[in-house]
Amino acid sequence: MSESEKPVSLQSYFRLCAVVFLVVVCTTSAMIGTSFSHLGEGWTLKVTLILAIAVVNAFLVAGYLMHLLSEKKLIYTVLGFTAFFFIGLLGLTVWATNGFPPGTVSH
Amino acid sequence: MEIPYTVQNRPDTGIYNAKLGVWLFLASEVMLFGGLFSAYVLLRVGAAPGDWPHGWLNVTLGTVNTLLLALSAITTLLAWAACKVREFGKFKFFHACTILLALTFLGIKSYEYHDKLTHYEAQLTNGKFADGHFVKESKDFNLAKKTGTITLHGHIVEDRKELVDLRSPVAKAAKHEEITIAATDIKKLGNYGPAHNTFTAIYFTLTGLHALHILGGTLVIFYLWGPGSRMWKTDPERFTNRIEVSGLFWHFVDLVWIFLFPVLYLT
Repeated sequence: MSESEKPVSLQSYFRLCAVVFLVVVCTTSAMIGTSFSHLGEGWTLKVTLILAIAVVNAFLVAGYLMHLLSEKKLIYTVLGFTAFFFIGLLGLTVWATNGFPPGTVSH
Repeated sequence: MEIPYTVQNRPDTGIYNAKLGVWLFLASEVMLFGGLFSAYVLLRVGAAPGDWPHGWLNVTLGTVNTLLLALSAITTLLAWAACKVREFGKFKFFHACTILLALTFLGIKSYEYHDKLTHYEAQLTNGKFADGHFVKESKDFNLAKKTGTITLHGHIVEDRKELVDLRSPVAKAAKHEEITIAATDIKKLGNYGPAHNTFTAIYFTLTGLHALHILGGTLVIFYLWGPGSRMWKTDPERFTNRIEVSGLFWHFVDLVWIFLFPVLYLT
């Protein structure tokens, strides 16, 4: 049974929403704190940390607000294909970053 | 002819048709934004060291917008839950909150765009750069004819690189004041619009597309809150499902912003 088919109690949703919002506030603060901190030399470490926190934030929204933690298998299948193509898209981009055609002049 | 499986789940998929439809639509949306995010990665990785801007966007406004969208995602969920427990009055209240929060988000975004479009950089004939917000221009100001003057609130720098990282100690120490420049002293003048550089180009593209999604979602939610809510009297279960699928879209829009905010404002 998916989340949307279960009996709903408005009170339990209020509690869930309060917790989610509190965590969103905390993760957003953590991202801002990391951005303005003096971690590492360049931006690599900070970008990695900030994106990791953003993934936690996204998991909360997708898992609890979109009920993805208790969905039907078909939806997971659709999302599995999406993730595969999305990662492929980003992977190809990164792979092609230094792939210039022969004779390219850089300034 | 009646549309099948608007309320009941299809035996083969286990979900009602609109829900499967919206998830397939969201999958295509992931690829749309994914393409733009990979363009961002390519532009950023390909930028010469020290050329990628930092601190160009207002973190406070970005944070407020993040919290507004998070709150709107919550009110959307509560609106659906209110429908589930058959409390139509609460549904109306929560969705009205969603609409107000979305409009506030768009208002703040418009303010940010206005700020960028009135922010100018002038390359001067003496090799220096003037950077600041537009204050006024003389009536006869014409850059092509080299007549008149323009006044900016900002500062003049020797090296353009000083304008790239606004979080650097040098940029923070800069004193901003009104500068009046004669058109004859300007070699090139441009605002911080999409054509300014690759950062502003990808910033306007990503946030513009996202803002269009917010606008579209708001219109749908407004319809369901207003005239579309008549369905509640005739077919409340189907109406509740409509609220669920529109909510799924709204949560996706929130998800996109969760990545846009750190990528553009914080890194």
